[in-house]
Amino acid sequence: MSDDTGGKNDPDRRSSDEVDLSARLRRLGERLDQVRASQPSEPTPDASPGPDRSGVARALRLSSELVGGVVVGGAIGYALDYWLGIRPWGFIVFVLLGFVAGIINLMREAGVLAKSEDRPR
Amino acid sequence: MAAAANPIEQFEIHEYFPVVNIAGHQIAFTDAAMFMVLAVVLTAALMLGATAGRRLVPTRMQSVAELLYEFVATMIRSTAGEHGMKFLPLVFSVFIFVLIANLVGLIPLSFSITSQIVVTASLALLVFFTVIIHGLWQHGFRFFKLFAPSGVPVVMQLLIVPIEIMSFLARPVSHSLRLFANILAGHVTLSLVGSFSAMMIAGFGVIGWFGALLPLAFAVALFALELLVALLQAYVFAILTCIYLNDSLHPGH
Repeated sequence: MSDDTGGKNDPDRRSSDEVDLSARLRRLGERLDQVRASQPSEPTPDASPGPDRSGVARALRLSSELVGGVVVGGAIGYALDYWLGIRPWGFIVFVLLGFVAGIINLMREAGVLAKSEDRPR
Repeated sequence: MAAAANPIEQFEIHEYFPVVNIAGHQIAFTDAAMFMVLAVVLTAALMLGATAGRRLVPTRMQSVAELLYEFVATMIRSTAGEHGMKFLPLVFSVFIFVLIANLVGLIPLSFSITSQIVVTASLALLVFFTVIIHGLWQHGFRFFKLFAPSGVPVVMQLLIVPIEIMSFLARPVSHSLRLFANILAGHVTLSLVGSFSAMMIAGFGVIGWFGALLPLAFAVALFALELLVALLQAYVFAILTCIYLNDSLHPGH
């Protein structure tokens, strides 16, 4: 590498190299700060669903949203049945609610439905 | 060669030696634990080794580390904004752990820890509780506005709030299930297609050697697909972590 080409036996030249280097580092730091400042601090809405990277990544994300909703709904319904003794009503109602929640998650992931933060208010 | 290999056998956990005994349950050091340790050691070796020199002009290994950092940092900035950068250590750890675990799991005869739902569920619950605790700590009661979208009539809120709560609770389930199911299904498929080749050879002798070429070619193609899935699932797991963390940073808006 070129890090020790500058004369080791020449202290003047070495120190001037270091001054030069630190000045360049400082300039680089300033330019990095400028770039950082120009970047938005809040997430940009169009970037958040992430269609930019790859369609496959997005497709893979959809695969289990529905299952998650139904499983959680079923679990809550079953637990309510058990505690309140209202079998089978809790299970029926909450599986359906879970299905709705799963569909909503699915649509949000797919970008069909606006994300909760982008909704008109 | 086992002609009819059981495709599920690869997910069996073998205990190596007992570690502690908690309330009558023998906690042993298993192959899952070993590969988790391996993933952590590999990650630590990669990152510590790559950043040991800290040159201005990066070496090859340092570029790998810098690219990984930039990748995760860009992911967080684009999904959770600049405030999300305080979660960089968490997201980076989760991403690289899943990534290394997935890749190590693809090496033949190794063990894929992300095919164990305990592992993926633990990671997903870690993210889930981080979101809740951080959201409550930062925003207090306003965090619950996440469940009540503004500008919706009160009558509709009665229906929407339970559904929003459910869809929030469904997150760790789908988050963990997705990674687990993809890796599990991929490994089962690979194992099945691979055992077709073995069955061909065992069943038909010399003709079988030619017959085995087709499933073999299929297995090679599938392996490439599994490599893609391993990388993408790590990416998806990390980006969903960012999206969920964004909710705890900016609930309700």
